[in-house]
Amino acid sequence: MANFNFALLTPEIVMAVLSLGLLVIGLLIPPGERKGMFPLTVFALLGTLAYTFYDFFYGERAAFLQGMYMHDQFAGYFKILFLIAALLVVLSSKGYVEKLPANRGEFYPLIMAATLGMMLMAGAGDLITMYVGLELMTITFFILVAYRTNDGKASEAGIKYLVLASASSAILLYGISIIYGLTGSTQMFMIAQALGSDTSPATILATVFLLAGIGFKISLIPFHLWAPDIYEGAPTPVTAFLAVASKAAGFAVLIRFYLLMMYSQTFVQTGQTLLLVLAAITMIVGNLVAIPQTNIKRMLAYSSIAQAGYILIGVIAVSVPAVSTFVGGIKAVLFYAMIYVFANMGAFTVATHVAQAQGSDEIKDFAGLAKRSPLAAVVMTASVLSLAGIPPLAGFVGKFYLFSAVMDQGYVWIAYVGFVMSMISVYYYLGVVKVMYSTEGEGLPDIPVHGATKFTLVFTLITTLVLGIYPTPLVQMAISAASSLVK
Amino acid sequence: MSNSFILPMTLLAPILALLIIVFLPREETKTIKIVAALGTFMALALSVYLFFAYDRSVGGMQFALTIPWIRDIGVNLGFGVDGISLPMLLLTNLIGFTAVYSSWNIENRVKDFFVLLLILITGVMGTFIATDLFIFFLCYEIVVIPIYIMVIIWGSTKRVSKEYAGMKLTIYLLIGSAFMLVAMVALYLNAANQLAAMGKGPTFMFAQLAQLHYDQSFQIVVFALFLFGFGSLISMFPFHSWSPDGYAGAPTAVSMIHAGVLKKIGGYGLIRLGVLVLPLGARFWAPVIAVLAIINILYAAFIALAQKDLKYVVGYSSVSHMGNVLLAIAALNMTSLDGAVAMMFAHGVMAALFFSMIGFVYEKTHTRNIADLGGLAHQMPRLATGFMIAGLAGLGLPGTVNFIAEFTIFNGVAKVMPVPAILAVIGIIFTAVYTLRVIANVLFGPRRSEWDHLKDIRGPELVPLVVLAFVIFGTGIFPNILFQVIDSGVYSSGLAKVLETVGQATIGGLF
Repeated sequence: MANFNFALLTPEIVMAVLSLGLLVIGLLIPPGERKGMFPLTVFALLGTLAYTFYDFFYGERAAFLQGMYMHDQFAGYFKILFLIAALLVVLSSKGYVEKLPANRGEFYPLIMAATLGMMLMAGAGDLITMYVGLELMTITFFILVAYRTNDGKASEAGIKYLVLASASSAILLYGISIIYGLTGSTQMFMIAQALGSDTSPATILATVFLLAGIGFKISLIPFHLWAPDIYEGAPTPVTAFLAVASKAAGFAVLIRFYLLMMYSQTFVQTGQTLLLVLAAITMIVGNLVAIPQTNIKRMLAYSSIAQAGYILIGVIAVSVPAVSTFVGGIKAVLFYAMIYVFANMGAFTVATHVAQAQGSDEIKDFAGLAKRSPLAAVVMTASVLSLAGIPPLAGFVGKFYLFSAVMDQGYVWIAYVGFVMSMISVYYYLGVVKVMYSTEGEGLPDIPVHGATKFTLVFTLITTLVLGIYPTPLVQMAISAASSLVK
Repeated sequence: MSNSFILPMTLLAPILALLIIVFLPREETKTIKIVAALGTFMALALSVYLFFAYDRSVGGMQFALTIPWIRDIGVNLGFGVDGISLPMLLLTNLIGFTAVYSSWNIENRVKDFFVLLLILITGVMGTFIATDLFIFFLCYEIVVIPIYIMVIIWGSTKRVSKEYAGMKLTIYLLIGSAFMLVAMVALYLNAANQLAAMGKGPTFMFAQLAQLHYDQSFQIVVFALFLFGFGSLISMFPFHSWSPDGYAGAPTAVSMIHAGVLKKIGGYGLIRLGVLVLPLGARFWAPVIAVLAIINILYAAFIALAQKDLKYVVGYSSVSHMGNVLLAIAALNMTSLDGAVAMMFAHGVMAALFFSMIGFVYEKTHTRNIADLGGLAHQMPRLATGFMIAGLAGLGLPGTVNFIAEFTIFNGVAKVMPVPAILAVIGIIFTAVYTLRVIANVLFGPRRSEWDHLKDIRGPELVPLVVLAFVIFGTGIFPNILFQVIDSGVYSSGLAKVLETVGQATIGGLF
């Protein structure tokens, strides 16, 4: 404890203090004047983000409390990701929050609290720490999902999320307790060593339980059933945050967990096959079910389920414990998770904008958007095509990394599935493009974008395009993050 | 070499025009059109310069520029042209330039149209000048989406709706490219392992990929995947059905670029990747390609005979002509590959002219139904001239470059596969029948008073006719201009050595 360097935990501490501080400020200021919350949050997040960037490149690395909490570049990369996502969500939700009837003050602090939970998950080296972070995030999301208390759909989504997420947490916790019973430790590294080549049914059960708990967060099929309903019911900015950051946090945990588990024979045998099958099913079903959707949020929900399948491919690529392949797969996941943030945030920001201006989430109400709001239409097109993996957008490079990593391991068939399904996904993505471009949208108002929304859209568009043409800087970051994990 | 920046400049010319257009006000349609014309003219002028500055006696990749791009996987931003890609580059810019003029009368959402058109031209151009497999694919897939958007906005709904046509075209090409991507990754990983054994980093450069040796079974599988992808693109039977529907739904400029150059990426890819990198795979699949090519030539020509819509006639005729290219590739000898490249060039120019003229006919008469038209030569002699030239080039009349190209192909194919060569020559008869039927029914016959109000093409509308007809006859009467370049590409690109290996493999008991 003597050399416990609190300075290294600055981002976490700052986030905790700021979210509580903002909550208090929100209470102190009279309800009518809470517009100042927005710039405060933006600057708080920007400052933390800048520090995290600095920390990523030049900061010290450390493991706290004998590996309970890790402060490495892997965690740093994900912290940057969560902060960027939170920042974009806050920027895109400005108009939305201003229109809320009540409780405007708590929205931003809650976003920050959820971000803190995710940051803890990314750094967790112990199942208990991981669980604490996960619960902080999940419980915050209960509130955020049901934020509009007078809206039936939102309340329904909130209740559903509460029940299902609690059940999944219970399963996760059960898995942790079995593992603790088997190995006498909750620390991931110790568990891996203790399990060794044990393939008893109890170990397999525990592995499956843990996967199910994390699978819920990243909406893997068959743990995906909550996603469409909750994505549809939740306020759109919250949906975006849920789809982007909460999923990335799930992957952060999965990778750390998976990587350490690779030392155990049990996991290599059961986990690998299980994940391979789940990834294939997730990609196929997610994409096929997305095709008939008429609601943009449901469509994006299924698309994000399919995206989880693609990302999972990268995790599977980490199959043989050798440094080079570790880096290949993890690098792909990290890279893809980041560009997924930009692409999805672009799409959701447009959805937020349209929903706010027209009060509808139906795809048909995007009619003529190319004329009514050209920038929004362009960003929506670029975002969905990046999700589909069409060059020169970043999604193409990301998918190339994912699929080449897994093909390098000899799993060619899953790459086939991935490539073909991502081309099929173009069908429903282009459905949105078609509505925006080919129809005139008569009778619908012109809805140009302004201010923070415009900034978010331009920023996501440029980032998606630039990273698609010149991905090297982000790839280098992903490589150093991935290597820090292997050391 | 300071010359190495000419290719990136050629590629950037349309991008520059695009950026200017983005900042122009929506209403100033004339300015937008002029900027687009200038951008494509720049690219055309530069590629004409490249075409004549290319050192034919040296051959090989020239004007090459290689910049390390994505280091960890060995992607290089590599540009360069050789005798195979240079005619394709020239073709792209010829068609890009004339496509702008063929779209001169567009009035609906002009800005969006030219932005997408310029993206399209840049993408196609990038595909041909890339010397890196990754950049090649990147540029190829760039073109798919602008085409879709252009079809659904400015397309026309006749036999099939434009939404259907656009989606069919897009899905066919994308599914094809999914298989190509798997093949690309497999090829890359195989090469990377070989290079790693030699202590080198991975690469996507065509030249280096071609120097490595791949197992025969690996080549067969990977070539099959490429064949599926590139075959869909070049509308090889049975993956051809997107092509007539797509062209019919698309606006004129898209039909021109699609039939003129985009399809050629299929043939170009099969030569560049298929024959040069995976020769044993090519040898294995050659008989299959030959059979499918013959089906293309004859079956598509038969269907073209029965079409009522002008665009469908040209659509099926282009499927039929691509059969010749495929057959030439299947024959796997120097003469036939020479012919294949020439044929791609010749057909590109001819198809672009044809679609351009059909576009004007449709724009003025609002119909493409052959039965409704007739005697147009009375009212529109200049348009009729262009139509005639395109038709006669299509059926391979001597004096046009198409004749030279077809002749070379038949020469090359007859050496190794006499029967398919004869069948392919028979295809010309059908081509003549449907082309002459169309020309007779549309242009000639008694004067019809309902078309008296039509104005002949004039001003900017004449540009496609003048430029493309000039190229058809120029290279038709002086084929050496074109063939010197192609020869230097085919003979110095290592193809001779590759084909020798293929020959040995045959002796080795592959068949």
